[in-house]
Amino acid sequence: MTTTQDVLFRTLSDPTRRAIFERLCREGEKTVGDLTAQAGVSQPVVSKHLGVLKAAGLVLGRHEGRQTHYSAQLDALRPLTDWTTQMAGYWEGRFDDLENLLKRMDQ
Amino acid sequence: MSTATETRSVIVEREIAYPPEKIWRALTQPHLMQEWLMKSDFKPVVGQSFKFTEDWGGIDCQVVTVEPNKTLSYTWDAFGLESVVTWTLTATGTGTHLRMEQAGFRADQEQAFQGATQAWPNYLAAMEKLLSTLD
Repeated sequence: MTTTQDVLFRTLSDPTRRAIFERLCREGEKTVGDLTAQAGVSQPVVSKHLGVLKAAGLVLGRHEGRQTHYSAQLDALRPLTDWTTQMAGYWEGRFDDLENLLKRMDQ
Repeated sequence: MSTATETRSVIVEREIAYPPEKIWRALTQPHLMQEWLMKSDFKPVVGQSFKFTEDWGGIDCQVVTVEPNKTLSYTWDAFGLESVVTWTLTATGTGTHLRMEQAGFRADQEQAFQGATQAWPNYLAAMEKLLSTLD
């Protein structure tokens, strides 16, 4: 797994954080207040999760007056959905299994 | 190069500490192929159609090139996408340089690929795997 993929998986492995990201994907731009109303956690916790999502490039903040509007950056998921990345990972795994088989095979 | 007909490849190469003849067996004998790749009704005959089968479905293939202990290639059609998988074996002093190239995906098919059932199950499987390694 590449470093980029690793960061994305780690970022999305937290259920609360993933729920925030999914909501931004589904419903578009939101403020921290909007997100807190449904996240089931306090505003500082939501802000902290948004910070992690921003650091991974999954979320972007847009300032408007005193509010910040957050939106999902679907392009950031590209390393996970790009077929070349997926197939390369698939074949690396097959090579591993092939080498294991060769060790077990008779000459 | 036009985007619609652009060809992209995945290449995986590895030095393997066994001679080409042994690797060739693993690449071409179905009872060995299923140990590391998938179940299939493969026969090393040019033009022969065969299928790799898995729980989630299968991959339709046709043999393109057979040069024992050197080159093997077959078409690999899955999820509406056409590609060609080519295996190249080169003997080295200590074993074999094994190269796999999967080529032929076009940019205009990428979306179909992503939309196919492949992307999300893979994503989830990878995530599950990662989660199991986390504290």
